[in-house]
Amino acid sequence: MLALRDVTAGYGAFTALWGVSLRVETGEAVAVVGPNGAGKTTLLRVISGVIPPRGGGLDFEGRSVAGQPAHVIVARGIAHVPEGRRLFPLLSVLDNLKMGAFLPAARREFAAGLERVFALFPVLADRRRQRAGSLSGGEQQMLAIGRALMSRPTLILLDEPSMGLAPVMVLRLFDLVRRVREEGYTILIVEQNVRQVLKLVDRAYLLEVGRIKMEGRADELSEQDFVRKAYVGL
Amino acid sequence: MIEPIFLLEAALNGILLGGVLALLALGLNLIFGVLDIVWIAYVDLVMLCMYCVYFLVMVYSWPVWAGGLAGIALGVVLGIGVHMIIITPILNSPPINQLLATGGLLFFLQSFATFLWTTDHRSVRLALPIVEVGGMFFSFARLLSFAIAILAMLALYLFLTRTFIGTAIRAVSQDRGAMALMGADPQRVYVVTSAVGGAMAGLAAALLSIQYSVHPHFGAAFGPITFMICVLGGLGNMVGAFIAAFVMSEIISVGGVLWTTEMGYVIAFGLFIVMMFIRPGGILARRE
Repeated sequence: MLALRDVTAGYGAFTALWGVSLRVETGEAVAVVGPNGAGKTTLLRVISGVIPPRGGGLDFEGRSVAGQPAHVIVARGIAHVPEGRRLFPLLSVLDNLKMGAFLPAARREFAAGLERVFALFPVLADRRRQRAGSLSGGEQQMLAIGRALMSRPTLILLDEPSMGLAPVMVLRLFDLVRRVREEGYTILIVEQNVRQVLKLVDRAYLLEVGRIKMEGRADELSEQDFVRKAYVGL
Repeated sequence: MIEPIFLLEAALNGILLGGVLALLALGLNLIFGVLDIVWIAYVDLVMLCMYCVYFLVMVYSWPVWAGGLAGIALGVVLGIGVHMIIITPILNSPPINQLLATGGLLFFLQSFATFLWTTDHRSVRLALPIVEVGGMFFSFARLLSFAIAILAMLALYLFLTRTFIGTAIRAVSQDRGAMALMGADPQRVYVVTSAVGGAMAGLAAALLSIQYSVHPHFGAAFGPITFMICVLGGLGNMVGAFIAAFVMSEIISVGGVLWTTEMGYVIAFGLFIVMMFIRPGGILARRE
């Protein structure tokens, strides 16, 4: 479904990714773990078109999306839940979800999309008139994911969804991501919470200083020094 | 001692003036909220639209409503034009460059208007009555302008809160980058915003042209007060600008009756400086 070959990317004179290759198959959940500053966020930003790759190939469903702007890539079916959630804090929960359905195709299916998101996150239905900025951290993360689902994606990119959440909420959040997965979405998730995320995904990549250092099946990797390595980086 | 009735008359006239000032400030603030750029030349675009209304009504004998609509249409064209020609190439430049570019446009428009139309003051002469209410006098042109300005701001409010693209405009003003992740082409949102801001400039021009005469330095007369209202209300804060417009217009109007009109402006500008020390974020500092 998604294939990166030798992708290089960075900001200004700084190179954040040095020839990263990575695959995500339809229906899979894949994690990218690694220490702070490894380039995990940059990786997702390249895939969703927030920044263009400097080199390498970026294919989604068999066609290149390299260098296309973010608003075009969303329409192809990739939804990006960015680091720090990036909600519209002064808009209501409902208006945030409306913005998630900005694409014409998603707008036509708005009612059905809303029903699906509310079924997944009932608390959002209760709080639909509330300002997004007034929600708790966990609710905000649900809204960020719900908003992404409104664009009717096939692949969802999650950037550190557990960041800033209370420990008890972190566990609930991983349950919720699991439920999103069971809905049939393909997931690429970036996380620092390695132990939890490896229970959730099929495969994982270890990213260090912009390079993939290791990859494999989650159940195999979690037993190895792979986990330790990622933690040591923290 | 001034009789209370004059003060009341001045206060009510202040409200009438506030309506049009609020319209000007909201147009400028809308653009700032979305693009993070202050169009220094905003009121000079209003000036161009006023010339358009003047020529159509006084020279080509159009009915005044048709001239007003043409002014709004010109405002839309100018708004989109300024965005495409001046803002788009420097969208990612440092803010000071953007400020200087729109400042340059201001002087260009002033000089261009002087070259084309000389510095003559020109007015749209309409035989509009003075209305007397309980011993107080109000110009019908001001009452009409106020009513239309309020209706236009109500329409803007409904546009921003009830329509999809309007909600997107508010969303972009809160997080520019996130809206692209929703599938919105930022440039499209910017163009729509600039067009709406331009339309408000055109409407303000139509309303101002039946009260004031137009000349190439019209922007210098109304520009500073418009910026101060935006800053006083909190740049990008629509509700704040709306309130600040009436605060300023009341000071100018009541101060004008108590002392002189010039003194009214002195007090208003003085208050502005004081407010910048007390509440630099504006009356309603933009909330998180």
